[in-house]
Amino acid sequence: MFRFIFRRLLQVIPVLFIIITATFFMVRFVPGGPFTAEKAIPPEILKNIEAHYGLDQPLWRQYFTYLGKIAHGDLGPSFKYSNRSVNEIIADKLPVSLELGALALACALSMGLTLGVLAAVRRNSGLDYLASSLGMLGICVPTFVLGPLLVLFFAIHLGWVNASGWYTAADRVLPALTLGLVYAAYIMRLTRAGMLEVLHQDYIRTARAKGASEFRVITRHALRGGLLPVVSFLGPATAGILTGSFIIETIFQIPGLGREFVNSAFNRDYTLVLGTVMLYAGLIVLLNLAADVLQVWLNPRLKFE
Amino acid sequence: MSSARPISEIRPPQAQARSSLWRDAWHRLQKNRLAVIGGTLLGALSILCIAGPWLLRVSYLEQNLDLGASAPSAAHWFGTDTLGRDLFVRLLYGGRISLGVGLCATFVALTIGVIYGAMAGYLGGKIDAAMMRLVDIIYALPFTIFVILLMVFFGRNIILLFVAIGAVEWLTMARIVRSQIMALKKMEFIEAARSLGLSNTRIIFRHLLPNALGPIIVYTTLTIPAVMLLEAFLSFLGLGVQPPMSSWGTLIKDGAEKMEEFPWLLIFPGSIFSLTLFSLNFLGDGLRDALDVRAAKD
Repeated sequence: MFRFIFRRLLQVIPVLFIIITATFFMVRFVPGGPFTAEKAIPPEILKNIEAHYGLDQPLWRQYFTYLGKIAHGDLGPSFKYSNRSVNEIIADKLPVSLELGALALACALSMGLTLGVLAAVRRNSGLDYLASSLGMLGICVPTFVLGPLLVLFFAIHLGWVNASGWYTAADRVLPALTLGLVYAAYIMRLTRAGMLEVLHQDYIRTARAKGASEFRVITRHALRGGLLPVVSFLGPATAGILTGSFIIETIFQIPGLGREFVNSAFNRDYTLVLGTVMLYAGLIVLLNLAADVLQVWLNPRLKFE
Repeated sequence: MSSARPISEIRPPQAQARSSLWRDAWHRLQKNRLAVIGGTLLGALSILCIAGPWLLRVSYLEQNLDLGASAPSAAHWFGTDTLGRDLFVRLLYGGRISLGVGLCATFVALTIGVIYGAMAGYLGGKIDAAMMRLVDIIYALPFTIFVILLMVFFGRNIILLFVAIGAVEWLTMARIVRSQIMALKKMEFIEAARSLGLSNTRIIFRHLLPNALGPIIVYTTLTIPAVMLLEAFLSFLGLGVQPPMSSWGTLIKDGAEKMEEFPWLLIFPGSIFSLTLFSLNFLGDGLRDALDVRAAKD
């Protein structure tokens, strides 16, 4: 298993390298720079600024300087926020996005798993139909429709929570719910299908014949097999939640990294774009790896290859 | 009267068997109520979006600043926006863009995915391993981020939008086509085609792909909503279709900004968009059951 993880981690390095290189040259070959502002800067000052950030050097030299810096963990200074480094901005904003993502994932897993298992156990009951229609709704109503609708109803109409912001615990409810609901729907469908398949197996009949209680049959025997499809979905789901938070942070005006990334692209803040892209790529690759490891660990029929 | 008919009159049984496969699928699809509802809604929406703007003779640009934002009424069924533009008409025009982007980008994804997957599956061996490794690597990349960067940096060009979205969505299609081709190429009719000396291209396009049509159709139907979702996602961030043109994504974005005072501006575009996603998803699910496609699941 450790060999598997090690080998996969080695693969991450070239992937990240390609991403950095592609992004670096892509942002540079684009018209407009971080200092082409609304009001023109006198050319002498512009020259000084560019010299300060090393932008007057040939492109290939800038590229290697940058590579050398990130090898030491330094993502460089931000071009838009003077006197702030990209490291500082990420350290400032990333925890917010991670908290939102973790809450959304917890929300998706708790709702999806509970509803999925219940729907499978009480198949064709009213509960099953309710869960299925909720699942349908979660898949057909995208987050950027659901979010504003929830705000309209719970914040503006009922006044239970704030429409935006990220201060109190109550502010976390709507964003996490909006982001998590789509994935809850997918997880619900996968859990239901997985459990239905497992519940017909012989070993479940054996467990019942041994006199195990229905609760024990489901939680100890069926769940482990029934959850496999969900685990393989976790990789794509976490990646989707991370990028989905761009939208959520915009709707609810949350000071997270997702909004910062979109703004940095608009602002042509080269170093901040590169830093955030690299961070997101790294996170997504690592989370995919974690999901793969979990999958093999739960299902001994698969092998670490 | 001779009992034996001339050979030329005997129809090859194969043609009949094939048409009945599709006929069976059609019958199965018709029994699936949700899929029928989805297909009907989709057809109705498409006709409305294509023909509606001609019949109504109202431009999506036509402003009526005196009227401003007004609630749904007999004159304006879905109300008007803050510039007094009729929301129903704007939704129809937006539908053209959204459905059009969905179809075009899916076509890009379909073309790349089918050719790539068929080549990998047919050639097999080391080439296949290398090609699929590449797909695995790209799969793990945060592609939404790249689409965002592309749209920000290279202007919000609608052609670029098709290409960018299509370039993201081809991966699953490639995997599905590859697994189909791998299973089909071991069959006898392919051996026969090879012993006839047909070229690889001809075998792939004339003999293998037509037999993999079921999964391709099913997955195409399921790619369209994914593509439309991505387009709306970009438009919501302000990166998709630019004003005064509007897609459903931009209408939802505008509606979300003004929902406090004028909730209908959010509710109508949101419902229409969700309804379309619903229709496409259930039509795709229904097709999958009707054509009995298992591979498209993974």
